[in-house]
Amino acid sequence: MLLIPCPWCGPREESEFANGGEAHIARPLDPAAVPEADWADYVFLRDNPKGWMRERWMHAQGCRRWFNLVRHTVTHEIAAAYPPGAERPPLPGTTA
Amino acid sequence: MQRFSFFQLALNALDRHRAWPAYWRDAQPRDAYDVVVVGAGGHGLATAYYLAKNHGITNVAVLEKGWLGGGNTGRNTTIIRSNYLWDESARLYEHSLKLWEGLSADLNLNVMLSQRGVLNLAHTLHDVREGVRRVQANRLNGIDGEWLSPEEVREFCPIIDIDARRRHPVLGATLQRRGGVARHDAVAWGYARAADARGVDIIQNCEVTGIDVAGGRVTGVQTTRGAIKAGKVALVGAGHSSVLAGMAGFRLPVQSHPLQALVSEPIKPVLDCVVMSNAVHVYVSQSDKGELVMGAGIDAFNSYAQRGSFHVVEHQMGALLELFPIFSRLRMMRTWAGIVDVCPDASPIIGRTPVDGLFLNCGWGTGGFKATPGSGWVFAHTVATGEPHPLNAPFSLDRFTTGALIDEHGAAAVAH
Repeated sequence: MLLIPCPWCGPREESEFANGGEAHIARPLDPAAVPEADWADYVFLRDNPKGWMRERWMHAQGCRRWFNLVRHTVTHEIAAAYPPGAERPPLPGTTA
Repeated sequence: MQRFSFFQLALNALDRHRAWPAYWRDAQPRDAYDVVVVGAGGHGLATAYYLAKNHGITNVAVLEKGWLGGGNTGRNTTIIRSNYLWDESARLYEHSLKLWEGLSADLNLNVMLSQRGVLNLAHTLHDVREGVRRVQANRLNGIDGEWLSPEEVREFCPIIDIDARRRHPVLGATLQRRGGVARHDAVAWGYARAADARGVDIIQNCEVTGIDVAGGRVTGVQTTRGAIKAGKVALVGAGHSSVLAGMAGFRLPVQSHPLQALVSEPIKPVLDCVVMSNAVHVYVSQSDKGELVMGAGIDAFNSYAQRGSFHVVEHQMGALLELFPIFSRLRMMRTWAGIVDVCPDASPIIGRTPVDGLFLNCGWGTGGFKATPGSGWVFAHTVATGEPHPLNAPFSLDRFTTGALIDEHGAAAVAH
């Protein structure tokens, strides 16, 4: 069970949250102009990293707001939580 | 390979069974192979076996980072069925089920296939309509299927509570009598032994750390035990498919999630079929040792950790007791998780990749065990000929670009 630090409500247990998958996937601004391969890329392809990952969560049984989490997919350690639109904190051990 | 038989059993009894040979050689990696299969789970081993048996390609290595069958092959709930809704899936899984029916004889090893029947319960009017539709679709595809009324469900499996006043009343069920369970370890061992006997090298404790590509064509793999050249490379890495694809420079539409399962303490025989339920989400059978074997749904978050969260197990237990109040005092012995690679349409990817000579078999999600023989069969064909077998042609990677998805979410008789 994860203890997830909601940026607005503080730490709450995982069962209060809904997972929204990989974060920062931008919808193409002009969908009609996008070739099919790029559209498939946007809709279906994911990094699915083994290691640190930025992912979206929604506090479904709390404030019902979305936010982003930096979490490790092997240790499940959580490094940071930040609201949508905020500057992305670097992944631990990197500057990116 | 020493063939197992009653005569051999009697002969080996004379020296108290101390002279049985190892199932497979402890092969050392050679410098080059015609085909390198990455991943010695059931699917990888079956691929190697059918490469040798059906296509005469025996200069093959199967590389495994851990021990043979120690991933999802040894972690699933061993359920076998072919009652999928869509034609593409039905054909693939039915081919697999037919192979299961002759597998013990083919491999000369008892995989303990027990066709005890698989029930898929319906709890709502929608479930009923979906179930009846699926039975009809199965029959049109030549797959056995029956619709049972609540009373017939109780007759087939007396311990299910069909009381109409329950939160999730049993309104009926589909039944595939040819479905059942098999012993998953024996499947891995059987394929390994039979592949080894045909000359395939099975190399454990050999993790692939890189995939060599030159001019758009695969040339070999880097491993923790040195570089290995390969004419063709077949990726069968289940939960780690995205990691392997990343080594070759492309991304996949799969997400890796933990899928948890658990077993109870052993009890006397009480459940002689497999029971699955979409709405309350439980699938349960009783093993030959007497333990109830149960599976949960996937944990929602991405993970490579082979462990999940407790609330998922708790939900699973709630579902079990909803259907079987008789199990309320049963204690659970073990829980574990495997890492499953889930596709957006809950169907696998079997076929070519953007890299020449590199083939991919992944995305089986929560239901790959039942497909082991069929998956190996069609994937071996794909690797050997460079073209997909007609059964796996619809399961190509480019269906996510063309839009020809095979959407088995909910249609596959279990919520994925």
